[in-house]
Amino acid sequence: MSKLAGYRRAVAGTQPEYLHPTYKSSLKRAPSQPLVYLPHTLSEITGPVFAPETVNVKACDLTRQHTGEPLGERIIVSGRVLDEDGKPVRKTLVEVWQANAAGRYRHKVDQHQAPLDPNFSGHGYAMTDGEGRYRFITVRPGEYPWGNHHNAWRPAHVHFSVFGPAFATRLVTQMYFPGDPLLEFDPIYNCTADEAARQRLISVFDWESTIPGHALGYKFDIILNGREATPMEK
Amino acid sequence: MTLRATTSQTVGPFFSIGMERLNRVELAGPGVAGERVTIEGRVLDADGVGVPDAIIELWQANSHGKYAHPEDLQEKPVEAGFQGYGRIPTDEDGKFRFTTIKPGAVPGPDGKLQAPHIAVSVFMRGLMRRVVTRIYFPDSAGNAGDFVLGLVEAGRRGTLIARNASGMDGVLKWDVIMQGPGETVFFDC
Repeated sequence: MSKLAGYRRAVAGTQPEYLHPTYKSSLKRAPSQPLVYLPHTLSEITGPVFAPETVNVKACDLTRQHTGEPLGERIIVSGRVLDEDGKPVRKTLVEVWQANAAGRYRHKVDQHQAPLDPNFSGHGYAMTDGEGRYRFITVRPGEYPWGNHHNAWRPAHVHFSVFGPAFATRLVTQMYFPGDPLLEFDPIYNCTADEAARQRLISVFDWESTIPGHALGYKFDIILNGREATPMEK
Repeated sequence: MTLRATTSQTVGPFFSIGMERLNRVELAGPGVAGERVTIEGRVLDADGVGVPDAIIELWQANSHGKYAHPEDLQEKPVEAGFQGYGRIPTDEDGKFRFTTIKPGAVPGPDGKLQAPHIAVSVFMRGLMRRVVTRIYFPDSAGNAGDFVLGLVEAGRRGTLIARNASGMDGVLKWDVIMQGPGETVFFDC
């Protein structure tokens, strides 16, 4: 078998460390020992493949999962999944979940007093197309308070889970909205040292994907680890 | 390189909303070849308290040592009923349990076969990015010479190897200890 090209590692500062005293939940869950460097083997350059048949096209419209219409401002969240060389990541699964327009999750642990919306579940999934594109129709999620510190509020966000081509490219992240005044105060958003890396988590308002009279568009591209150059055969 | 990989963020406490659709605790469908094994354990925090809002993802080869992925070019059979993917949330006590088949050996970077193993990602509230670890099997002859186990200091290797559960045939125990004594080995992947 020929030698295998692994995936690139994060540039320093562009990924969060595990321990962040300002984010209380990390204190007893962050590993204390240094990570052991794992050269990528066949186990890491392969990863789960999901058949397009398992994707329901209605799953990417979070406003049509119930008999009635959800409350809130309709938005289009779209973008591309690319690798660090700008190449599209095709036919990869993208999962999203979010709070409703009032800032409440449909989850038993969420005790925020904001109302649930019987017409909004807050989950969707899509598979990227041949150009790496995905597109969700949803409502703008509300900000909500949480217990991390006195008067703590999460900025509005949508959770994203992306597989990519390999075990090594697995990513879970959150997309934020431009101009949100809460970002500056959010320990989760601020866990990443590199400012440019943080700002890439903020979606861009996008006229092009706006649907006139119906929904505003936000663009969010997701970049997965790029490939190392293929090792030369001796 | 023109772009930089997107920053990871925590899955938070509400991930089941978006992730439970693809939960999978039985990895092998009926008729899939191999030795069936159940692996159970707990995800524990620094105080030894179970983590109730963690989710484990698994990736493994079939019993022939073949990954169901286009970049596995080995001339070994893939099996229709075996994707090699698992996703298991912890319960309120931090417990998890799944059933699969013991994977076969796959090639390692040193030209030798790696000992049978499962690649593991763990996500949870409080963790800004996943931790990556592996599950190896007790009594595997290959463990002693395994390339990846060899990267780990001897005193910590045991955290990567499941244990036989006394009196329970086909059941293995394996815990994820996030921090402190017995801390599981996590990899920079």
